[in-house]
Amino acid sequence: MAKQKAEKQPMPPLGVWAPAVALGWLVPGGGHFLLKRNGRGLLLLLSITSMFLFGLMMRGAMFQPQSGPDPLTSLINYGGFIGNLASGALYLLTVWLGYSQPDAAGHVHDYGTKFLVTAGLLNILAMVDAFEIAAGRKS
Amino acid sequence: MPRMNLSHFEASFLFALFASVVLGIVTKKTDRDRLRYGAYVFGCFLLALFGIGWLMRLGHG
Repeated sequence: MAKQKAEKQPMPPLGVWAPAVALGWLVPGGGHFLLKRNGRGLLLLLSITSMFLFGLMMRGAMFQPQSGPDPLTSLINYGGFIGNLASGALYLLTVWLGYSQPDAAGHVHDYGTKFLVTAGLLNILAMVDAFEIAAGRKS
Repeated sequence: MPRMNLSHFEASFLFALFASVVLGIVTKKTDRDRLRYGAYVFGCFLLALFGIGWLMRLGHG
């Protein structure tokens, strides 16, 4: 059991990975571009940005970090907000440009909301990938 | 920003496509493995889409 457990790798210095992760948050795939993985960066940029834009065109709702009447509603609100925020500049631009869509009934709005949150969650995966590349754990 | 109305299938297909591309890229270490895993995940999404769709169809009668 102990032999199978992977050895814990040391944390690389902040200066090695922080710029790639920060740029990856701000621009989907940006961390990969910084690390000269242009092909992968372009695919991440296209996929995540497309998902976010489709979410906007379907008039998905953005989550607000607010408490609800029960813990589950609060969890959904805060979790959804983190998912939205993880899209970086896409989210910031959208909010600054005044996008405001109240939560509405209908499957198209519902898909839109999920697209917006999932774009952010996929961007978190891309940021983790950029971290692993910057830290030398992955090519 | 144009407004878009997609069917359940169209929205699910696009979701599967974008998610598969990202999952393929971040999960594997070689381009060949990334392509294969992305295609595999996309296939799983579609299988679940049709499978659960038919289950709901049959369940509702």
